[in-house]
Amino acid sequence: MLSIKNLHAGVEEKEILKGLNLEVKPGEVHAIMGPNGAGKSSLASVLSGRPNYEVTQGSVTLDGKDLLDMSPEDRAREGVFLAFQYPIEIPGVSNINFLKTALNEIRTYKGLEPLSAKEFLALSKEKQKLVEFDAKLVNRSLNEGFSGGEKKRNEIFQLAMLEPKLSILDETDSGLDIDALRIVSRGVNKLRSDKNAFIIITHYQRLLDYIVPDFVHVLSDGKIVKTGDKNLALELEEKGYDWIREEAIH
Amino acid sequence: MIMINQLETPLYESIAAKFEIASLQSSSEALQALRREAFNIFKTLGFPSIRNEEWKYTNILPFLKEDYELDVIPQELTPEEFGKTAALVAHHLEELQQSLKGEQKGAYRLVTVNGKINAELSVLPAPELLRILPFAQAEQEPAFLANFGKIATLKDNALVALNTALYNDGLYIEAPKGSVLDKPLHLVNVLLAGGPVFVQPRHLVVIQPNASVEIIETTISDDAGHALFVNGVTEIAVGENAHFHHYDIQTGRKGMRFVQRVEATQQKHSNYSNYTFTLPGTDLVRNNLVLHLNAPELESHLYGLYLSADRQLVDNHTEVHHKYPHGESNQLYKGVLLDQSKAVFNGKIYVYQDAQKTNAFQQSNNILFSEKASVNAKPQLEIFADDVKCSHGTTIGQINKDALFYLQTRGIGEQRARNMMVNAFAFDVTEKVKIPALRTYLEKLIAAKMDNA
Ligand SMILES: Nc1ncnc2c1ncn2[C@@H]1O[C@H](COP(=O)(O)OP(=O)(O)OP(=O)(O)O)[C@@H](O)[C@H]1O
Ligand SMILES: [Mg+2]
Repeated sequence: MLSIKNLHAGVEEKEILKGLNLEVKPGEVHAIMGPNGAGKSSLASVLSGRPNYEVTQGSVTLDGKDLLDMSPEDRAREGVFLAFQYPIEIPGVSNINFLKTALNEIRTYKGLEPLSAKEFLALSKEKQKLVEFDAKLVNRSLNEGFSGGEKKRNEIFQLAMLEPKLSILDETDSGLDIDALRIVSRGVNKLRSDKNAFIIITHYQRLLDYIVPDFVHVLSDGKIVKTGDKNLALELEEKGYDWIREEAIH
Repeated sequence: MIMINQLETPLYESIAAKFEIASLQSSSEALQALRREAFNIFKTLGFPSIRNEEWKYTNILPFLKEDYELDVIPQELTPEEFGKTAALVAHHLEELQQSLKGEQKGAYRLVTVNGKINAELSVLPAPELLRILPFAQAEQEPAFLANFGKIATLKDNALVALNTALYNDGLYIEAPKGSVLDKPLHLVNVLLAGGPVFVQPRHLVVIQPNASVEIIETTISDDAGHALFVNGVTEIAVGENAHFHHYDIQTGRKGMRFVQRVEATQQKHSNYSNYTFTLPGTDLVRNNLVLHLNAPELESHLYGLYLSADRQLVDNHTEVHHKYPHGESNQLYKGVLLDQSKAVFNGKIYVYQDAQKTNAFQQSNNILFSEKASVNAKPQLEIFADDVKCSHGTTIGQINKDALFYLQTRGIGEQRARNMMVNAFAFDVTEKVKIPALRTYLEKLIAAKMDNA
């Protein structure tokens, strides 16, 4: 599904991703861990098309299509979804109208009829339930005045509504209380299928107890330096990152 | 000094000639004296140049060079002119109706052509609800005598003086005591120009005690493209416990230059709310909105939204005079600037010594969509009372790129995302529009302009 080859990218003159490779197949869940400043969010930014990032080398394809050539909106319409580490507040844009616009633009792109107001409402109810998202928040301005945890849950609500092929969750677990973590994980597990895939960026092994990954990667200094299964996360929790860095050097 | 240059312009020559005729037009000696006084003021001041502090950022002199014709009020419309006007009005209403669909309770309609009432195209309320007269028939009305020429400030105001000296006919609107107009009055100002034209519309609106009125003003013109300079003056008297919601929708075309002074007096427990929306099209818009709060315990709301494009210049000058205690005024102006357009906001709040417990609020927010667009925003507060709450704030920023990106990552196209953000920005003002159909119409106008941006 997603194929990243020798990706070099940076901001202004600074190189952040330094030859990153990753293959993600349908149905898989990949966890990415790594020290602060390693480039995890930068990878998410490059995949979703954030304007200030410049790709200097390498390629990224989604089902064979060149992702790097597309506008952010077209990437989304092709099925890429990023749950932001820091979701932005947009006062005056209603959460629900925004989602309706988004959903219908994606549907139009795919040649589908836009949903009627009634159909949309039904879908929204269903997904709110799935991720236990407070109905009161749905009608507010987008993320405005939401608590940190509410913002994260809103990201997952949007994910549930838009049903992307590839979801990238950037530290969605940070800032969630234990109940919310369980709810969000349960939601993600229900959304998992053999047709979609997840990249989960996290600092905490705990999340991976709930969402069990097929692969765990360590991203350090702009590269994936180690890949393992879910047990790697346990090992990292115990030993930290230094031993891998040393391994990588030697 | 300034006059030397101006005297040489063709406009100035025709102004002098016109005054001879205009001074004969008013029936009463008092009105003739007022015209003379006004003309003398204009002659002394001349058109304002940028050396005048009030006009520092808005240079109207380049817009006065055309060979304008001054006297353009047709006595009777020719069949051809009537046909043209009817078509313009029909088209305009159709545009409005599109958005009125479903929720339209309707509106009364008053059509004027270059300032003159056209009864045939109008749908007027019963006179018990609202009296509408041309000045020629209103000059002996008590409320006319009490207010005309007494609200708009002549001193230091060359353009008000010019209008006062030369206005042809005007529109007198009076809401009788206790009347509540059941539907808004839509005032359609039609401007016809067979060549470059300088028009000076004049309105007097008197809202008697306990009356309540909503007026929506729109302006339309033929698209012949001739230069059209509008120098308008509207005087408003809002009586005790009276309510006046005044909507001014400023659209137009290239070649149109629009300067107006709206000056109002308010009495106890009254509410005057002004909503000024300026859209791209006209070359120049200068609004002077001046409120005299002549009694305690009243409220005023001034909402402005401007979306400017091309080389347009949109200038809003406001003045609120708090003269008595317990007054509340609230100003919110928001601007979205595209291309090489310029905006000016100058908001003055005066709190007089006796005006204790005044609440005066002012906010001006702007977003620049282009590096070549610019804003000059200046709040001016002069406070002579000690127990007051006054606040003001000005912001000038760019569109939030992170927010734009966020919307795009959800599949929303860039253009659409921009529109959503502009609507969100404008929402504080558009939500204040009390007439749902009008709000929809305005939102559509904004969206249409942003789509072409
Ligand atoms: N706009 C920017 N300008 C300059 N440097 C940047 C910019 N954005 C990110 N960086 C730098 O790139 C590096 C990688 O940042 P990134 O946010 O991708 O790290 P991360 O792995 O997500 O870290 P964390 O675990 O703390 O979230 C950091 O050194 C950061 O300072
Ligand atoms: Mg990060």
